[in-house]
Amino acid sequence: MTEFINTNMHLLIAFAGIFLVLLIAGTTAAILKHRNPQKDYSNLQQRIKTWWYIAFFFAAALLLGKGFFVIFMAFVSFLAMKEYFSLIPTRRVDRRVLLWAYIAVPVQYCWIHIGWYGMFIIFIPVYMFLLTGLRLVLVGRTDGFLRSAGTIHWGMMATVFSLSHIAGLFLVTTPDHPQVSGQTLVFYLLFLTQINDVAQYIWGKSFGKRKVVPQISPGKTWAGLIGGVATTTVLAVLLAPYLTPMNLIHSIFAGIIIGLAGFFGDITISALKRDLKIKDSGSFLPGHGGILDRIDSLTFTAPLFLHFVRYFCT
Amino acid sequence: MKTVLRYIWFQVLIKPLVLVVLGLNIRDRSRLHKHKQMILVANHNSHLDTMVLMSLFPFKRIQETRPVAATDYFYKSRLRRWFADNIIQIVPVQREIRSVRLDPLASCSQALKKGQSLILYPEGTRGEPEKLENFKTGIAHLSKRFPEIPVVPIFCHGLGKALPKGDFLLVPFYCDIFIGPPIYWQGNRNTFMKSLNQTMQGLAEQGNFKPWD
Repeated sequence: MTEFINTNMHLLIAFAGIFLVLLIAGTTAAILKHRNPQKDYSNLQQRIKTWWYIAFFFAAALLLGKGFFVIFMAFVSFLAMKEYFSLIPTRRVDRRVLLWAYIAVPVQYCWIHIGWYGMFIIFIPVYMFLLTGLRLVLVGRTDGFLRSAGTIHWGMMATVFSLSHIAGLFLVTTPDHPQVSGQTLVFYLLFLTQINDVAQYIWGKSFGKRKVVPQISPGKTWAGLIGGVATTTVLAVLLAPYLTPMNLIHSIFAGIIIGLAGFFGDITISALKRDLKIKDSGSFLPGHGGILDRIDSLTFTAPLFLHFVRYFCT
Repeated sequence: MKTVLRYIWFQVLIKPLVLVVLGLNIRDRSRLHKHKQMILVANHNSHLDTMVLMSLFPFKRIQETRPVAATDYFYKSRLRRWFADNIIQIVPVQREIRSVRLDPLASCSQALKKGQSLILYPEGTRGEPEKLENFKTGIAHLSKRFPEIPVVPIFCHGLGKALPKGDFLLVPFYCDIFIGPPIYWQGNRNTFMKSLNQTMQGLAEQGNFKPWD
């Protein structure tokens, strides 16, 4: 137990900070409701409650170690993929191909578990790309072929390949920094990505006027984007010495990468929903929407962050 | 012993399958908990339909809820019959009854008299996946006999994708469940059937689903 605490001191302190913030948020919401009984705060309260669940499950999975976290992330990928395949138009003849896409989820996370980095980064872009085309050809129906090939493989890239880079952070070795591990890197990435979402929202709400891409996401403004990136970068710099092997320059770039990539991941999923004419991707997370609504930024931040850390910081 | 087996089947096997592997989006769930007894009426796309509908209830209520099923399918083999009678606890009905003296809905009436709830598929057999077909009028006869028991229409979407008729490979898809307002017998069969079909059509339109082919 003592060794566990010593090894994970930084991570435990970080999670304690998260739960403290949620406690403050929950208390604030309760006070607001007490002062304004007529106003409806139920969505805000639901949102905070769901955040508690998310934080708890991630803390548990992360602290239980690599094996548990890899399985946990495989499950998250499965949920995201199922949500995606349930939203997009599919043909009846695509069912077998979708089944292969689902099978790719545990296989992709197995590469991480056994530590095979090379296969981890080429399995879905190369081999699942080939298998998807092959299987669709055997289906023997050409109308709708291109749409199916495109949408199925894109879904695998977004919900499995991109997301698996979160767990892929466990493949990073940091022998010169004993307090740093895959776990602290995962926390760093997830925390900053979510903070970026919140910061962009708050800055945008407070100062936002000019919109970035109104046709895709009318709520996104330049003030929100710039404010979000700045906030994320500041926090990235402050947290880096405790959770990462980065120096000052590294952490500035990490903050900028997460800030920008988070923004574009967010609006990419917004574009998908707008194309499909839906507001939420699902109802799995009360107050937040679906899985895709919550992990949209991570589909962009996770791969870029892993590649940045691996090629420049170790 | 049967209760233990039922518990294992519904709570240990079916519920995780339905909630995790499939996943449900349920609209107006509270409508299910307002009635002690009811006749659930749903569209039929898949073998999964009954399992999903049973999963909407806590186990205590599952004990009092019985799907209506045709004997020519479920009594085909001894094992299937045992499973249907003891685990699923179907209310058996015979299709293709010629004799005017035999009441095809007698078993349903008996179950309703005991205070049990029924799950009924008025489309008949599982139709084309994700296509809603018109309802047969057996449900009107039941409602006429028990006018105080509400008929609750439920529209399901996605189960025909997950496990279509004639297929045995399950592919995970989220399933949307739309629970409609209760319908009571109003004294006229045509009025009742029209009301039921219209309500069902309205539920289907809420989802704005595209055809699946």
